Amino acid sequence: MKRFKYVTLLITSLLLVLTLAGCGSKPLSSQNVLENDKQSNTITWGVKADQKLIGLIDVKDGQEKGFEIDLAKAITKKVLGKNGKAKFVTVTSQSRIPLLKNGNIDAIIATMSILPDRKKVIDFSDSYFSAGQSILVKKGSSIKSVKDLNGKTVTSAVGSNSVDNIHKIAPKARVLQLPDFAQALTALKSGQGEAMTTDNVILAGLAVENPGYKLVGGTFTTEPYGIGINKGQGDFKKAINKGLKEVIKDGTYNKLIMKWFGNVPGFNYKEVLRK
Amino acid sequence: MQNWIDAYSWINIRFLLQGLEITILISVISVVLSFIFGSVLGIIRYAKIPYFSRIVGFIIDVVRNLPLLLIIFFTYFGLPAFGFKPDTIPAAILAMTFFESMMIAEIIRSGILAVDIGQMEAARAQGMKLGQAMWHVILPQAYKKMIPALVSQFISLIKDTSLATIIVVPELMQHGQVVYGQNPNYIIPVFVIMAVMYFIVCYALSLLSKYIDRRMA
Amino acid sequence: MIKLLVDNWSEFISGFGWTVLSSIVALFFSLIIGSLFAILEVMPSKVARVIGNVYVEIFRNIPLLVITMFFYLVIPLYVVKINGFTAGTIGLTIYTSAFIAETVRSGINSVDVGQMEASRAQGMTFWQAMRYIVLPQAFKLVIPPLGNQFINLVKNSSVLAFVAGFDLMYQGNAIASTSFQTVNTYIIVGLFYLVITLPISYYMQHLERKLA
Repeated sequence: MKRFKYVTLLITSLLLVLTLAGCGSKPLSSQNVLENDKQSNTITWGVKADQKLIGLIDVKDGQEKGFEIDLAKAITKKVLGKNGKAKFVTVTSQSRIPLLKNGNIDAIIATMSILPDRKKVIDFSDSYFSAGQSILVKKGSSIKSVKDLNGKTVTSAVGSNSVDNIHKIAPKARVLQLPDFAQALTALKSGQGEAMTTDNVILAGLAVENPGYKLVGGTFTTEPYGIGINKGQGDFKKAINKGLKEVIKDGTYNKLIMKWFGNVPGFNYKEVLRK
Repeated sequence: MQNWIDAYSWINIRFLLQGLEITILISVISVVLSFIFGSVLGIIRYAKIPYFSRIVGFIIDVVRNLPLLLIIFFTYFGLPAFGFKPDTIPAAILAMTFFESMMIAEIIRSGILAVDIGQMEAARAQGMKLGQAMWHVILPQAYKKMIPALVSQFISLIKDTSLATIIVVPELMQHGQVVYGQNPNYIIPVFVIMAVMYFIVCYALSLLSKYIDRRMA
Repeated sequence: MIKLLVDNWSEFISGFGWTVLSSIVALFFSLIIGSLFAILEVMPSKVARVIGNVYVEIFRNIPLLVITMFFYLVIPLYVVKINGFTAGTIGLTIYTSAFIAETVRSGINSVDVGQMEASRAQGMTFWQAMRYIVLPQAFKLVIPPLGNQFINLVKNSSVLAFVAGFDLMYQGNAIASTSFQTVNTYIIVGLFYLVITLPISYYMQHLERKLA
């Protein structure tokens, strides 16, 4: 009996050690992300996987494609040089900040607005895109602007700040948070809500395939998207900002805007071009 | 109707099948690992080692009584706080293995209990050590009894991998999200075909389990 | 973590309430539906057996998430408007009822076949024999596995979060994404689940020992 006990004890303690073995590497705050990335010649970006025009995996080859993907690649080349590699990790609105703080990714470029609340936990680059929150309704709906949402049910996605904005502007609106924007739209179509809200650029992408629905009331917030970076990574932030400036200056930025948003009905791409 | 035809284009279906491949990969690796760890844990709990078995038993009870969704969150968002940063697929395997080991540990323990205690005594009386009696006499019978429970646990595991979509593991459910990300009108056709795919895999397994059960009986 | 709990107390409690409500409602209906299908599966009529079997196999072998999504997104389009909580609870009920049917059926099967025959010989109808002789014994046998099903049900109710069902997990997600304290939030959520599931689990273990 005794020997059996020792054997089991040994096995479990071994297991425990194995599970804890990963612990004890250097804490993130003492690492320099820019140096690490230069050494590996790679920047790891957190991007969207299911957002048309912005960041969507192509079912043909499994590659991420979209405006933010192209922009991330362009910035990577400016930061690390021509041969710099951009690695993509797909994130959701919910998982992006924990993953950044944990160090799974170096930077977030995933339709994330620069907000004071978020600034408390992470840093942002300069804004790389100016979106604005808007609402999408069925054609012929009585909802004409955000004020009409009071007393109505609005769908959106978990983890986006659109929900907070609605609470502020139309406090009597009921908000349903779905796991992703396509589901939020489908919930709207199946009558779970009377309107859907989030940033205009996302809504425009969704409306392309659904001619029975339209954006109303224009934008009622400004949502400057920024690249999320960990606190205490000043060098990396500077390098990203410099890269972004260069991408805008040499015209790459405007080319990308035209490529992805040039033909989206309900979205005026000229408003977001940069000089 | 056009939406359904477009949604079921070969490219989309192929992409979903690639997701199914990951689903099966995660399930198989997790089930093998959790069978091993679960056996060890189950035996420890059965062996009633002072304090130690109690502690292990308590951990098993706690984990078994938590939603798997939470375990997945912890693995992916919590572990990195200890400096261990798994990618999504290893994180999913880790979470599944951790959870399923505890589930299987209970199946194993009750399987051992179901084998007559007299057999253990008889084996010991023959001069076998406890470990020998366990390995040669008790476990073979216990495992035989447990096959249906183990297979149905495996089926739940396959279905449960769908929860890993929350941390963007590229499994079937997540690939479904990408497919209807191209066009939100695909959402219902995609859910239907995913249901069919899960059903085929899980039902085939449950038929297999029934077949084995009949052969053994 | 305590501050997080205090600051969001009302959200946690309302989530907890919806989770408990959904679990109890789903348990009640899935017991009824599950038992009915279990009886169908052991009826003399072949048609009844096939119907019972098809129901059980279909819903046992499809992820709960898929079933729930179906009720949330598809049913309102064509049939009747239901909210996330209702859709989630219906999904839970149907999914769980398939498992309960399996459990109850195995209970019925383990009641000696002779008893059914004897009751029928006494002039009882199939339903009478079921109601008065077989089912009472079968239920006694399956109480521990049914308890486990209930625990699974409570845990599975977290799927309501996917359909905006206002349950514990949904509130947890919302709190985590505004407070940015992901891990702490989920630890609290986990504790709330344990408050429901651990006592049931220990009570079932106790029962199992007593019955054995």
